[in-house]
Amino acid sequence: MRGATQAKWAMAAAAVALAATACGGNAGSGSGSGSNAAVDPKGTFSYQSSEPQNPLQPANAMEVGGGRIIQSIFKGLVDYDPATGKIRNQVADSITTKDSKTWTVKLKSGWTFHNGEPVTAHSFVDSWNWSANVKNNQINSFWFSDIKGYSDVHPDKGDPKSDTMSGLKVLDDHTFTIELSAPVSYYEYKLGYSAFSPLPKAFFTDPKKYGQQPIGDGPYKFVKWEHNKGVTVAAYDKYAGVDKPKNGGVFFKVEATGEAAYQELLSNTLDVMDLVPASALATYKTDLGSRAVDQPQGAIQAISFAMYNKDWQGKDKNLVRQGLSMAIDRDTITKTVLQGSRQPADSWVPPGVAGYKAGSCGDACKYDPAKAKELIKQGGGVPGNKITILYNADGSHKEWVDAVCNSIRQATGVDCTGDPKPDFKTARDIITQKKATSLMRSGWVQDYPLNANFLKDIYVSGADANDGGYSSPEFDKLAHAADKATSIDETVALYQQAEAQLAKDMPSIPLWYYKSTTGYSTSVQNVKYDSFGNPVFTQVEVKKK
Amino acid sequence: MPDVIEKEAAVPGSASAPATAPAKAGKPRSLWSDAWRDLRRNPFFVVSAALILLLVVITLWPSLFTSVGPRDADLQHHYLGAADYGHVFGADWFGYDGQGRSIYARVLYGARASVIVGLCVTAFVTVLGGLLGMLAGYFGGWLDTLVSRLTDIFFGIPLLLGCLVVLNAFTHRTVWTVVLALGALGWTQMARVMRGSVVTVKEADYVTAAKALGAGTTRILLRHILPNAIAPVIVVATIALGGYISTEATLSYLGIGLQDPTVSWGIDISSAQNVIRTAPHVLFFPAGMLSITVLAFIMLGDAVRDALDPKLR
Amino acid sequence: MGRYVARRLLQMIPVFLGTTFLVFMMVYSLPGDPIKAMFGDHAADPATVAHLKHQYHLDMPWWQHYPLYVWQLLHGDLGQTFGGVDVSQVLSQAFPVTIRLALLAFVIEIVVGLGLGLLAGLRRGKVADKLVLVFTLLVISVPVFVIGYICSTVFGITLAWTTPTVQDSNNLGQLLLPAFVLASLSLAYVARLTRTSLVENVRADYMRTAMAKGLPRRRIIVNHLLRNSLIPVVTFLGTDLGALMGGAIVTEGIFNVQGVGNALYRAIRASEGPTVVGIVSVLVIVYLISSLLVDLLYAVLDPRIRYA
Repeated sequence: MRGATQAKWAMAAAAVALAATACGGNAGSGSGSGSNAAVDPKGTFSYQSSEPQNPLQPANAMEVGGGRIIQSIFKGLVDYDPATGKIRNQVADSITTKDSKTWTVKLKSGWTFHNGEPVTAHSFVDSWNWSANVKNNQINSFWFSDIKGYSDVHPDKGDPKSDTMSGLKVLDDHTFTIELSAPVSYYEYKLGYSAFSPLPKAFFTDPKKYGQQPIGDGPYKFVKWEHNKGVTVAAYDKYAGVDKPKNGGVFFKVEATGEAAYQELLSNTLDVMDLVPASALATYKTDLGSRAVDQPQGAIQAISFAMYNKDWQGKDKNLVRQGLSMAIDRDTITKTVLQGSRQPADSWVPPGVAGYKAGSCGDACKYDPAKAKELIKQGGGVPGNKITILYNADGSHKEWVDAVCNSIRQATGVDCTGDPKPDFKTARDIITQKKATSLMRSGWVQDYPLNANFLKDIYVSGADANDGGYSSPEFDKLAHAADKATSIDETVALYQQAEAQLAKDMPSIPLWYYKSTTGYSTSVQNVKYDSFGNPVFTQVEVKKK
Repeated sequence: MPDVIEKEAAVPGSASAPATAPAKAGKPRSLWSDAWRDLRRNPFFVVSAALILLLVVITLWPSLFTSVGPRDADLQHHYLGAADYGHVFGADWFGYDGQGRSIYARVLYGARASVIVGLCVTAFVTVLGGLLGMLAGYFGGWLDTLVSRLTDIFFGIPLLLGCLVVLNAFTHRTVWTVVLALGALGWTQMARVMRGSVVTVKEADYVTAAKALGAGTTRILLRHILPNAIAPVIVVATIALGGYISTEATLSYLGIGLQDPTVSWGIDISSAQNVIRTAPHVLFFPAGMLSITVLAFIMLGDAVRDALDPKLR
Repeated sequence: MGRYVARRLLQMIPVFLGTTFLVFMMVYSLPGDPIKAMFGDHAADPATVAHLKHQYHLDMPWWQHYPLYVWQLLHGDLGQTFGGVDVSQVLSQAFPVTIRLALLAFVIEIVVGLGLGLLAGLRRGKVADKLVLVFTLLVISVPVFVIGYICSTVFGITLAWTTPTVQDSNNLGQLLLPAFVLASLSLAYVARLTRTSLVENVRADYMRTAMAKGLPRRRIIVNHLLRNSLIPVVTFLGTDLGALMGGAIVTEGIFNVQGVGNALYRAIRASEGPTVVGIVSVLVIVYLISSLLVDLLYAVLDPRIRYA
């Protein structure tokens, strides 16, 4: 589906914000400090965050600041196991379907909201109907667009015809069905997104007040929100999920810059880092020792061609695109300029995501200046012998864009310059209006760890995030078949075939996968990160003072 | 950020002397030739002028000093400092930056953008602001009110916002768009300084005397007011010149400054801030050149001011 | 005097309107669609965008929106941020912090700047003068963000005298380091201005008269020299107070101070018109009042200046 996550928005918009980190479930490994210090189960810790830009409602958090807090306060039907990335049931007892179109959801009993109200089928259905309603201005309402009857509550123009989506039916307190307008074989993966969280009755009486003092059903309950300072949450003792908190709570501390946060980490005034700033990448492993974290993330950085521009159309232009890709020395750039914070890409789907296929990009992602020159010549050369890479200057992309350009220029003689736009919204405006002429940065952070998310949402003709305007009948056919599949395995396999088509057409150049390069203070241990780049809050252990 | 520019600006009413000092009896030689004679004998002037001359030569013909291009990159040299390879001569004696480019070459080629930004913004601001400030201060009335209120209005505009707006008006950011942006936001400050200075000077006895002798407005302004009122303007202008060069660096830091393929000290200083701890040489050389340039202009400004001030003779 | 003050106060109205109008227009002219950018990398949902635009009055042209904004302003309604928080709330949280920081920087600027300026001016050409020149030069020529990072690293980590960033934005002790960084540039200006002014006035006739009268040196310096030399310095200080308050975007960012600079930066980046205009309005008022006070101070310092 459409999929930007909080991460990309943050990377973009937040002040001096650094690179990507997503919002989401859990999963992952990470280096434990292995210390034997006594653990204080009531101890609390602080985490590098930013001021939530919207009231704290599940369907309205698009940026990272509010997104993570919401994920700690709410728990939906399913989430992703932090260790394996596999989907696992939380409030849901089972989610079943026969045709990938109608899904039956059974809930566990025993789940309660922080105010004691039990979580029922109504808590979900009412929440989704409210969030999808165009009158309520929820940023995440598009997440419900698969559900039948969405256009009744969310018409393109005018007032909604109905308050409820016809696809949602409550059978009893613990059972409801979801009917989609078209089959989506992996729909349960989407249900892990925080927009699908349940809401208590208290929400509907005064949404505005609720947004300042949310009540959820997650591992942590909301305590207070001190604007521009931070949000405090505390462990919820009646939490019914499998991941009970091992600590007393979290303080989501507002940090203006990554540099400031890192300085605080070094002086132990901040406990858990979101992301080490670029300025500290060279030293953080020495600074932090075993408390440094370096592990893969479900996110990729790529540069896309403006395929809607005549310059990039034509039968053999794919050779030129492949040639340009081969002119980029990914290994050296990730080692030097990016200081090991990225892993060179050889496919369009990052490792750790279900359906990752190593080497699907083939030789085109291997550095070979001689072959690169040859291919570009064969394909008729780059128009004007000049390319530019459009990016937003507020997301620390300059260094690598410059390095990619230097690499292309020196390998092929094609003149390449970065084309920075002052901020994310300016760059997005140019890209969405299809006014970019050459190449543009196009990162993607997973919404859910499945290859479909990295392929369908970006490369299907007319897809919302298809910034380059790529359109291939072969790719579309495979994606369509994959959505109709009856098992996840079949879906994954069909999308892998679609990915092979990308290697032929090269509508975008995969550069590298993101890694979580971060760390934590001496007051905590067992800090692990999931494939979204979030720390697994519930597992963090606070040492006794 | 506004702390650079707005302060530069806000300088004062009158650094110039109170009006009690009567004009020394005018010798036949002109004020300007007197000043020139003084200057030639001032060692500060000679040193700073030599430095500025050298800078101008570097600005015009950087390739005289190195055969390496500022955009020649080799990632094998990523952040190497002179200490890493032992020899200290040639294109690599300043070390390399993160892209593996010679810092020596970049410092030389970067002089152009920085010097142009510094000189042009200062010239623009001094001429426009100085002229309006002088007229406002001398004639007073509605003109004075208009200029004064305009400067008040401009004061309220945050530098970041102003630069974003001006820079976005152009599809490509070059040295000239940066000059335009800084100039458009900076002139009011110089106007304020000039106005304050002129207001004190115009009440002086020698101005009254000149008026009584029937001197024309232009003559009074150029011969009597300007030389006596210019001192604070020169002080502020020379300091501001360095300030503009470092403001250009700040704009780069905020992501709205100059951009590739332009080479400038500002771009290099702002990208060096990430590695202050690990590769200080990347910051040291462009920042050092910036400091030397600013030093040269301030010394020049001091010397010129002393030479122009009739009271110091 | 009373009429002069009244006239100046009246003149504030057009300045205030002019500034808010200009800033309003500028925010409008920023490229990029702030509402669509809320959706990140995926296409913005047109129906939700239309609803949100209507809510923030972004669906009307600026010449309708501006009068509406001023009308609401007169009724005490400063508008809302895109996150639905009242702008008045943003202001009431950011300004107390910034006022503390600015006043602290202001005091540092006066004490250190004037001190250095006096030292250099009274010992013109001596070693002290040269040292002050070198110091001010360094401060002026190094960009503030570089000074900020160096100070944060040296005092916060290497020496560990303080935390590298501010933990509690309302704690004066913690604001000391950022205040020093913030004051550094102004401090250099004050020092140089004081020196220049002193050097000029030392040769003035009234100084010769005072010395001829055989007045004690201390009295000459304080009553005659300083009083006359302070006019340009006071002007600078007066206008600088406003600049210190609004101009701390970089310093506040580096030290994580949650003040006006940070709020302004965020608001400009998000094209949040009401927040930007709200902050700028308060800054303009502060600035106008302080410049009025400066002009009144002139009369105290210079008996020749009288306001009719």
